[in-house]
Amino acid sequence: MSDITNTGFLTAISQQSGGVSIELDAVTKVYPGQSGAAVENFSMRIEPGELVVFVGPSGCGKTTTMKMINRIIEPSSGSIRIDGKDVLSLDPNALRRHIGYVIQQIGLFPHRTIAENVGTVPKMLGWSKDKVAERVDELLRTVQLDPDLFAKRYPKQLSGGQQQRAGVARALAANPPVMLMDEPFGATDPITREKLQAEFLRLQAELGKTIIFVTHDFEEAIRLGDRIAVMSERSKIEQFDTPARILAAPANEYVASFIGQGAAIKRLTLIPVTDARLKPAVDGLPSIPSDLSMRDALDLLVLTGSEAINVVDRAGVPMGSLDHASISNLLGGPSKLGARE
Amino acid sequence: MDTGFSFDNLALFLNDRWSEIFDLTVQHISVVALSLMIALIVGVAIGVVVWNKPIPRATALAAAGIAITIPSLALLALLSPLLGLGWGPTIVALVFYSLLPIIRNTVVGLREVPADVLESARGMGMSRTKVMLTTQLPIAWPVIITGVRVAAQLTIGIAAIAAYVAGPGLGQYIFTGLSSVGSRNAINYALTGTVLIIILALVVDGAFILITRYTTSRGLRV
Repeated sequence: MSDITNTGFLTAISQQSGGVSIELDAVTKVYPGQSGAAVENFSMRIEPGELVVFVGPSGCGKTTTMKMINRIIEPSSGSIRIDGKDVLSLDPNALRRHIGYVIQQIGLFPHRTIAENVGTVPKMLGWSKDKVAERVDELLRTVQLDPDLFAKRYPKQLSGGQQQRAGVARALAANPPVMLMDEPFGATDPITREKLQAEFLRLQAELGKTIIFVTHDFEEAIRLGDRIAVMSERSKIEQFDTPARILAAPANEYVASFIGQGAAIKRLTLIPVTDARLKPAVDGLPSIPSDLSMRDALDLLVLTGSEAINVVDRAGVPMGSLDHASISNLLGGPSKLGARE
Repeated sequence: MDTGFSFDNLALFLNDRWSEIFDLTVQHISVVALSLMIALIVGVAIGVVVWNKPIPRATALAAAGIAITIPSLALLALLSPLLGLGWGPTIVALVFYSLLPIIRNTVVGLREVPADVLESARGMGMSRTKVMLTTQLPIAWPVIITGVRVAAQLTIGIAAIAAYVAGPGLGQYIFTGLSSVGSRNAINYALTGTVLIIILALVVDGAFILITRYTTSRGLRV
């Protein structure tokens, strides 16, 4: 009886591909034979469609916390609910088929082609061959791997960045409402990482999954997170807030030290240039496209040594100009702290 | 009586007995193939059970390691009172000697499967059995089949000795030759048996290269 209900629940959440809520309530993990808890009394509510980043030093328990959600690690106590349903009451294997999972080492099956890798979960869910093939095609395009070129290749024949895209495609295959990502871009070089992050943000804007993203890179957290949980030992949440508010008002010394130097400049990366109060455009100034951030604007001001720069729209038509004072005003104005949306 | 060796004599010998020689060769291949199949199933099963449990793993490998040091003639002599003569003791002995390379390579192969591959398989909701069947064993397969190849070389040789308990195969010619030293065809018998066993070993080894190639995923080869 309960099995039927559970299957029904999983089917129901899998239809809500746009994301569901996740609640962790007093979750604790104690490994046998260890005196201290790896995760202690962890509580958090994640809204549907939200991208929450867990950031903290290695060994602080952030990965353990995440892995308890799909029960790769079983919690010692506490409860975890997805869309209101306790995950501990579900069959772990059935649960995992409805949660996308991406790890740093990717873990593609070396003996299977990219198409077979991506089609793994849909095949387990009993989709028809045609439907799986169609979905694989669609997903490979979504992560910008040309199916004609890559579908029949094996993981070894792909670069690190391409493998990571295939890994993301595989996690997305059955359109899970929840994605767990453990330092997915950690092993790639900085240029590839930035590219993957940008693509990932674009993808998330489209899909609106509920995502928990683990990283030790605070810059990455700022770039990707709707909200960031800064964690210390035993997965203690030091601050859980939007990137802008964490940068503007770190809760304590620990968070401040984690942000490190240059909080003001990091905040600028979150603010689009169009948020500045633009002055009238002036002919002959260096120009910056309107979809870039204030950080880019500052770069251009410093590099060119110009007093001011023009902001131009997609067609290259000047929309107005900004100068150093406009940047300072933005950082000084507390009303702009939540400017990310 | 002429007991010396001559090629004319050998040609005559082969011409007279070619159909018997053919039968013995087929028997030799059959007994080795059957033993390897049994050893593959038993050995992989043992490997799958012990590969991630340190004490059972060490025990299985040590036991198989000791087993292989028992002289084959002694083992056959011990088996024949229990199992009689012919195919029975031969197959048991061949399986016995095949187990070490197969168990060892199964354990090594399974341990070499990257941990991240296993974690992502589990993370996608595969049961442990499914992970073993669809991921671990296929990835470990090239190493396992290499163990079978080593076992094949071993058992082709040991099968010759099994003629001592009236086992099937070319060993019968070697034993006939040895027991009739001095007779006209003694050398012909021994030579035919020995050379054919060597040829058989080379052909089987070549066959294993092809089998390995065609049963291993291209993704593991490139």
